[in-house]
Amino acid sequence: MPVTTKGDLKVWQRRDRAKQFKIWFAWLIGVAIFMFCWEIISDKTTWFFVFDAPRIAADIGGRAWPPRWSYLSELWKPMWDTINIATLGTLLAIIMGVPVAFLAATNTTPSKRFLRPLALLIIVSTRSINSLVWALLLVSIIGPGIFAGTLAIAIRSIGFVAKLLYEAIEETDINQIEAIQATGASKLQVIAYGIVPQIMPAFAGLSVFRWDINIRESTILGLVGAGGIGLYLSSSLNILAWPQVAVILIMILVAVVISEWVSSKVRLAII
Amino acid sequence: MNAAITSGNEKSRRWKRPPLIQDTKWRYGLLILAIAYFIAASFSYDVNWSRVYEGLDRGWEFIKSFANPDFKTRWSDISEGIWESIVITVTSTVVGIILAIPLALGAASNLAPKIIYYICRGIIAVNRALHEIIVAILMVAIFGFGPLAGFITLTLSTIGFIAKLLAEDIENISKPQAEAVKSTGSGWWQWINYAIQPQVMPRLIGLSIYRVDINFRSSSILGLVGAGGVGATLNTAFDRYEFDTAAAIIIIIIAIVMVLEYVSGFIRARVQ
Repeated sequence: MPVTTKGDLKVWQRRDRAKQFKIWFAWLIGVAIFMFCWEIISDKTTWFFVFDAPRIAADIGGRAWPPRWSYLSELWKPMWDTINIATLGTLLAIIMGVPVAFLAATNTTPSKRFLRPLALLIIVSTRSINSLVWALLLVSIIGPGIFAGTLAIAIRSIGFVAKLLYEAIEETDINQIEAIQATGASKLQVIAYGIVPQIMPAFAGLSVFRWDINIRESTILGLVGAGGIGLYLSSSLNILAWPQVAVILIMILVAVVISEWVSSKVRLAII
Repeated sequence: MNAAITSGNEKSRRWKRPPLIQDTKWRYGLLILAIAYFIAASFSYDVNWSRVYEGLDRGWEFIKSFANPDFKTRWSDISEGIWESIVITVTSTVVGIILAIPLALGAASNLAPKIIYYICRGIIAVNRALHEIIVAILMVAIFGFGPLAGFITLTLSTIGFIAKLLAEDIENISKPQAEAVKSTGSGWWQWINYAIQPQVMPRLIGLSIYRVDINFRSSSILGLVGAGGVGATLNTAFDRYEFDTAAAIIIIIIAIVMVLEYVSGFIRARVQ
């Protein structure tokens, strides 16, 4: 503990001088990097528009209110599509993600050399690309529509499902698995009776959690033509129909809040 | 286990796996509901299979283009976009964390008075409800095109994310330590700084690094709506069916995300 003497008074300090200098230096570099980055953003910004922003925000708000409630009747169908994109996308992701998870977990993978790195690559590459990018790609491959949206959600979710599931598989209790093995069970039987019951709660929890996230993500896929309520949002934005935009945003908010509530209820019931 | 044993004929007593949902009514009810839902949902799918079949060639081309991605043709666009994404990530993460900390203090039920607690929780809930892209659209409409809109969008979502998780961590601190500092006669600021801060710091660092990762991933799509970053280049590449350029961008994004994930794993292992 570094203590300096000031006159005949001993003063306690948390760090000695060299360490303190190092920390200050790290802060200095951090601040410099931040200022440098800020400078780049600032150069690319038309500050006149920014200073005008409060007026524009008030203007948009004024135009958006009152929301055009009659538009709501046209929105039920796209909202239904959005929910379908999220639900079926999650389901597809689970179907594809579960085998990947078993290949990726060190205690269940058939080959550590070859299949495990492959499974990890699938997990990383599907996770690091946003579902909107997948939607862009799929729309340009198989054409616009909610099918492309569903596939985009599914592919994006594979990595999420597989990653959390393989971590759960690796954390399973070895005693139970050995007990099943001791009965002479085959490898598949060990998975079915030793591992699956242990990971079931985690699996159900993460599926519902991902479904909740996917509801949120599927609301925007329409911006790139992949169906759902986002399609109506982007067309309303394009014609600057702010009262319609307000209705859509309120509807999305309500849907997200409901899905969050459902998911938290289900997770509490499971865990 | 009694319920799981099908009795009846004494000889054919067999063990059955206990079902996931114990109540038979719920089990079959949910099953029927699920089937009804899938039938209803399948009606909204109108897949043009010939279009899909035609598209498979393009899909194959896209996969092939990963073998020889084209970094060169649009390198100036790509590098500018990636650079902008990084800049947005750095600034929005820093500002977001700085603003999130007071909000987190206000949203922790063991620190804040009831009114402030509800106000802060409300801000966080609204903040988290809308998807980043929707916020970005609004910000572009208000602040104009460019990275500033992206910066504001990601700052807002960083605030919601960090404040919510940090508040939960503050609520879970160990009380004896906090009381020990309080019993020395410390003021409120001293109490926060010496009792709360050391307990939540590892978690805050971990969350911040994780958030850098998320922000970079998001900043790569903000360009789709004109909020800066590499997304605009990516969108153009797909629109022109320049899959080799798109592949190059995606490879760069994946590479940076992997590096970030490695670094964040390393740092988190050190602080926790």
